[in-house]
Amino acid sequence: MAGGDVIIGLEVHVQLNRLHSKLFCGCSTDYHASDPNTHTCPVCLGLPGTLPVVNRRAVEYAIRVALALNCQIQGETLFYRKNYYYPDLPKAFQITQYDFPLGLGGSILIKGEDGEEKKIRITRVHMEEDPGRLVHAGTIDRAKYSMVDYNRCGMSLLEVVTEPDLRSPKEARSFLDKLRNILEYLDVFDGGLEGAMRIDSNISLVGGERAEVKNISSHKGVEKALAYEITRQRSARRRGVAQVQETRHYDELRAITVSIRTKEEAHDYRYFPEPDLVPMRIADWVPKVEAELPELPDAKRERFVAEYGIADDHARSLTSEIRVANFYEVVAKRAPPRLAAAWIADVLKGELNYRDITIDKFSPDHMVEILSMLEGGKITEKGAVEVIRTILDHSGDPSEVTPARVVEAKGLVRAGDDAVKAAVRAAVEESAQAVADYRAGNEKAINFIVGVVMKKTRGRADPGEANRLVKETLDEI
Amino acid sequence: MITGEDVDHISWLASIKVSEEEKAAFVASFNSVLDYFHQLDELATDDVEPTYRVVDLTNVFREDVAKESLSQEESLRNASRTENGYFKSPRIV
Amino acid sequence: MIRELQEGLFAGGSAEEMINSLFEKIRRSRLNAYNHIAEDQALERAREFDRAPWEGRLAGVPIAIKSSISTKGIETNCSSRILSGYIPPYDAHVIERLKEEGAIIIGKTNMDEFAMGTSTETSYFGPTKNPWDLDRVPGGSSGGSAAAVAAGEAPASLGSDTGGSIRCPASFCGIVGLKPTYGLVSRYGLVSYANSLEQIGPLTANVEDAALMMEAISGHDPRDSTSVKSEGGYLSGLYGGVEGLTFGVPEEYFGEGVDPLVEEAVWDAISKLEELGASWKMVSLPHTKYALAAYYIIAMSVASSNLARFDGLRYGLRLGADQDWHTTFSEIRAAGFGPEVKRRVLLGTYALSAGYYGRYYLKALKVRTLIKQDFERALSAGGADLLVTPTMPVPAFKIGERIEDPLSLYMADVFTVPINLAGVPAISVPCGFADGLPIGLQIIGRHFDEAAVLRAAEAYEDATPYHEAVPKEVI
Repeated sequence: MAGGDVIIGLEVHVQLNRLHSKLFCGCSTDYHASDPNTHTCPVCLGLPGTLPVVNRRAVEYAIRVALALNCQIQGETLFYRKNYYYPDLPKAFQITQYDFPLGLGGSILIKGEDGEEKKIRITRVHMEEDPGRLVHAGTIDRAKYSMVDYNRCGMSLLEVVTEPDLRSPKEARSFLDKLRNILEYLDVFDGGLEGAMRIDSNISLVGGERAEVKNISSHKGVEKALAYEITRQRSARRRGVAQVQETRHYDELRAITVSIRTKEEAHDYRYFPEPDLVPMRIADWVPKVEAELPELPDAKRERFVAEYGIADDHARSLTSEIRVANFYEVVAKRAPPRLAAAWIADVLKGELNYRDITIDKFSPDHMVEILSMLEGGKITEKGAVEVIRTILDHSGDPSEVTPARVVEAKGLVRAGDDAVKAAVRAAVEESAQAVADYRAGNEKAINFIVGVVMKKTRGRADPGEANRLVKETLDEI
Repeated sequence: MITGEDVDHISWLASIKVSEEEKAAFVASFNSVLDYFHQLDELATDDVEPTYRVVDLTNVFREDVAKESLSQEESLRNASRTENGYFKSPRIV
Repeated sequence: MIRELQEGLFAGGSAEEMINSLFEKIRRSRLNAYNHIAEDQALERAREFDRAPWEGRLAGVPIAIKSSISTKGIETNCSSRILSGYIPPYDAHVIERLKEEGAIIIGKTNMDEFAMGTSTETSYFGPTKNPWDLDRVPGGSSGGSAAAVAAGEAPASLGSDTGGSIRCPASFCGIVGLKPTYGLVSRYGLVSYANSLEQIGPLTANVEDAALMMEAISGHDPRDSTSVKSEGGYLSGLYGGVEGLTFGVPEEYFGEGVDPLVEEAVWDAISKLEELGASWKMVSLPHTKYALAAYYIIAMSVASSNLARFDGLRYGLRLGADQDWHTTFSEIRAAGFGPEVKRRVLLGTYALSAGYYGRYYLKALKVRTLIKQDFERALSAGGADLLVTPTMPVPAFKIGERIEDPLSLYMADVFTVPINLAGVPAISVPCGFADGLPIGLQIIGRHFDEAAVLRAAEAYEDATPYHEAVPKEVI
């Protein structure tokens, strides 16, 4: 899919959903489980006569993000009106930034297509209000009507615009993963909430016009939408159809893009400074916010490598999510850091992903206990995985499942040497055919015998150890 | 000079349908008003700062405190078309 | 007026009876000053007051409100078809303040649609008539608010003034109207026409009432980011006289285009102020001739954005069967707005559209700077304390006389719009008659110096009989 002829730039809309209230009014941001149009007031419904007032903390969060994305913060910044009609926009203008955006000229590092670190330039970061949410009766191009919920309307958004530095859908995805990670480190954003991050993408093939693909609402969606679009544009080119500059809507259900606007109707947004708001002089504010910035992913990764002596890959994996990084640090203080890194990065994260749950569901105390049993030889690696799975799959009171109880209840105590040796002897005696095969030179036959040993010890033998003993026994005879 | 085509374009931008009769009248009155506006061209203003607002205020904020919203019923009360707690919008495409 | 009325109420008069007689008068009236009467709400509140009278600077006082100011539970239609039937779920800041001071809201007054006019002829509900001559306009855009007070259909009212919309009808109807300094009265709840120009203000029978109303409605409101703290003191300093004050008389406000009878009345007023101990001198506001163009460009441009929200989806007019959203909105807006609103919205859209921003909007804001500087110079220390001018170049014109020619209508605002561009306060007080039609005197002050404006107006009013005249037509 890379091919080198693909040019992608992203406009990412990030909801500052850790704020308590909306950008310009006091409506609560806690609407995700609510009925439509219940987190709405005269201001965010745009009722005649209402006026906006800026949420101070929203500006502080925006400064935090712009600094973390290595932007230049503008000393004086202001809001404009962007005028256009759409049913989700109750004032028929969006209060946003235009000239003098809050942050300009930043960058972040991602892991590029070739596995190397790659710098993605950020053009600008600006603040704006979120429009409402349209619910289509069917698909956007066929619905007879749409329904509008303004609960979301007026939420604080940051728009992060990149330069066209991305070369594949995978790079786009990894940019978004990194951005989400940084935002969560800053404690301004919860990526788990519906609609937290929405992406518009400009995509073109070298030498062709670009399409703007709107309405992408997930990181997976980005890869799919862009892959679809690349195929569509390539195939059009092969058929001799030139790409025109247009806006396309990503239909997540059908995983396709549909054209909704061509250039002939291109908007003229008639920006002008919002007369109901006054300028924001933030220059004096920036040093304070900067001083309070938390450690960011790249710095944390370097520190983990230096402080805990762990591999860079493990450090990258552990720091790719703030909650995992915090979890690791708690465990690493009380268990061998390298062992902890391997088990959290390689095992626990995989089990969490598989179940689509977050690390909050697992106690660091339990991890410490499991690592300690593993190190003391009380359980095998296989047993440790079993303990982790059992705890994660337990649905009742979490205090009911401690690692010790799971080990006891499931009989996962590592089998003693004598028991394993006895099982090995018995297994060799019972497996005449496999023994014969082994002697005939089929090394793989040993796996069958090890399997029998594991069965006899009900998994409590260490497979490596069992393998060694079987081999010894066979060679002795 | 504003033409009929210009009126069509701004009517589209402003989302106000303009009939053919109205269009002719608008072309005439827009041109006379714009002519009047053009007297500002007499003034040299290259070195003049624009006045966006007459009160010299900066950094006016509210604190991040959530307040009570309207009820769904109050929010929808003035809408003539609603469905299941939503405002009902004409179709998009 | 308000003081006498309150004295009557507290001496045992009934608020309910008083309000009922107002409603009776309004029903009989030929003026069309109101487009909505809040009869049930007002009478209920009056009865409550009669049962247990409350305190407050406006306790028991009935007040009429311009239809562009949001009133909870009371239709607020801006005299537009597109907002007919719209009932806001919230009160404007000024309405909260009036209620806190004990006032009773009796109804919403007719106006030029969305405040776009100088004559109250563009209302969807038909024109309001001038109580001094029913064939003439009451001025605008707060024409209903002015006519109601002039004809005794309300003791006092609120209007809004974007380019003269309080002072013009006050002048045409022979009453007092004050446009406060920009920022002094919260705009929260005022349906926006041109945000950086407009203020809510009182229309009253005399200057004391205007001062009293200002005490009630001015002051900081955290919901309006352009709102500032009020110094107050409008009543306490009201009777200090004009001795020692210097009035500036701007040369550009006299001469061509000004009715000689208006000029004469204003010069008589200047002589009267001199008699009262003030001095005066000629001053110059050299950019006056550019004010109208700058004003209309700014107002139309931002209005095109302010009025974009009226699409029928959340409130207001919805027509026929829905088509695609753009067609539906375009047809609703075509049917819901009158010709003058369409003209201004379309011209404003044009002025802001790609390629024209610098030529029109930005240029006008630069000219605004020059006009503001004119006022700063004229009113600087060592210059004049106040300026005095005609409010309107002519007395009330005939209904229909100018409405077909937008430019001639816009020209009528020539002496009021510069004040909004500069953001300074100005009052119109009655200063005589031209062939039986009232003439208004405009007194302009420094930023936030309403106290001086009101004090001068009070001194002048006290020394002249014009505010006592009552239009015969309506009695």
